Amino acid sequence: MNGRGKAAIAGVAESDLGLVAPGMTAMDLIAQATQRALDDAGLALADIDGVFAVATQTRMSTVGLCEYLGIQPRYHDVTYMGGSSYMTLVAHAQAAIEAGLCYVALIAYASTQRSGGRANVSPREFNAYETPFKPVLPATAYALAASRHMHLYGTTREQLAEVAVAARAWALLNPLAWEKDPLSIEQVLNARMVSFPLGVRDCCLVTDGGGAVIVCSADRARSLRKKPVFILGTGEHLSHLSISGMPDLGVTGARQSGGQAYAMAGLASSDIDLVMLYDAFTINTILFLEDLGFCPKGEGGSFVEDGAIGPGGRLAVNTNGGGLSYCHPGQYGIHLLVEAARQLRGEAGARQVPCHTAIAHGNGGVLSSQSTVILGDEDAL
Amino acid sequence: MVEHMIHDHSDRLNVSPLTRYQDFLREGKLAYQYDAEAQRAVFHPRVVSPYGGTLEWRISSGRGLVYATTWISPRNGEPYNVALVQMDEGFRLMSRVAGVDPREVRIGDRVRVKAVQEEDDVLIPVFEREQTGETQP
Repeated sequence: MNGRGKAAIAGVAESDLGLVAPGMTAMDLIAQATQRALDDAGLALADIDGVFAVATQTRMSTVGLCEYLGIQPRYHDVTYMGGSSYMTLVAHAQAAIEAGLCYVALIAYASTQRSGGRANVSPREFNAYETPFKPVLPATAYALAASRHMHLYGTTREQLAEVAVAARAWALLNPLAWEKDPLSIEQVLNARMVSFPLGVRDCCLVTDGGGAVIVCSADRARSLRKKPVFILGTGEHLSHLSISGMPDLGVTGARQSGGQAYAMAGLASSDIDLVMLYDAFTINTILFLEDLGFCPKGEGGSFVEDGAIGPGGRLAVNTNGGGLSYCHPGQYGIHLLVEAARQLRGEAGARQVPCHTAIAHGNGGVLSSQSTVILGDEDAL
Repeated sequence: MVEHMIHDHSDRLNVSPLTRYQDFLREGKLAYQYDAEAQRAVFHPRVVSPYGGTLEWRISSGRGLVYATTWISPRNGEPYNVALVQMDEGFRLMSRVAGVDPREVRIGDRVRVKAVQEEDDVLIPVFEREQTGETQP
């Protein structure tokens, strides 16, 4: 089944971000984002008949959300594979719409990761083969992958720092970004070490936040308030749960998930104008640029040098400021979709880049699950 | 009749894979599983092989190469190493290389199991360095 262009994103929004009001719950934030996304689309709560939601702070996400919003869904889905879940939920929503299981799908996530405290909000499972060695997860897993990349390809800490500096430069153009001050390579290198080679500025933020995305058929989307953002391709890949089970720490499942998404979209990496990559750590951006075909394997470090992925660079990457500098509420996948849609509609203000196509690539766990969505405007169909 | 057969549970497990692994460690042995049909080592220990064959237990030589390495800098405390070790038998596990500066552990270092220790109420193998940078895994 190739559903290229048959469904579209009709509405997007973020909840309150950063540090939200005391007492706010993840469900409060999901509801807030949902209302804002419906307003964006020109739809009402009563229009939603498909609910696709995950919130790590509540055990039965769609059940709770439907009660909260008074929705009796015709179809619902709580697929959970970490931070990439939201890309896969786009694929599931598209398939459900195409199969006639629902007409208007809500995809939503939120977390109070900052106000609730990361350890309380995201407790880690005990793993008898890893936990006793006291890895600082997830950072240590990504540090191990970075150690392979440095060993095999000569990637440097300075090149990793370029990723953080570019994200910060974009964040300064985004009024909703958490970080408000410039960042230099030296500041990244001199920041407190977490798990070598990743210092604290190589690691994503811990913020509150969340978002909602409304998906419906392309025809329905054309009748609504905003320009439709068409779903051109999707793909996913699961490779391991814990980092000691990752088949090859130098290559991620983005190669497979991206390959599927490009094939469905009929596009190549050279056709993509905007690149939104799940940057939980600086090494992620380098790995995904390689594995999604924006540069050859091993050249991600040199690719990002000299501000190449910052404002005015050779490739527009993570224009919202990313998980590194904009917002990272435990899981960041939904925010990649929100930014891609805004850019494709031309609503990104000071950080707007010329674009007709975008790739939004989600990552879950410790490079464990990869899920890719390719989006485009009317010209890309 | 075959279509009406149900499993009789005669192969009920009395020892979990983790318990068996821990029992070997208590004897000073690093054990792993081997899928003879697929001719592949399996780690972590499990009930079912991911390669489709039958699992048997084997004892590792305890020797391997550092595959990936990091050191962690706690806010309060000394830096320590966390590494992934590629064992000579073809499986990989998380551990640490002790007895050297955690910042000096390198990918390709030849290591062997130095000791079995108890941490977090489980036994774990800890490695020592035999030789630095012998091979590039």
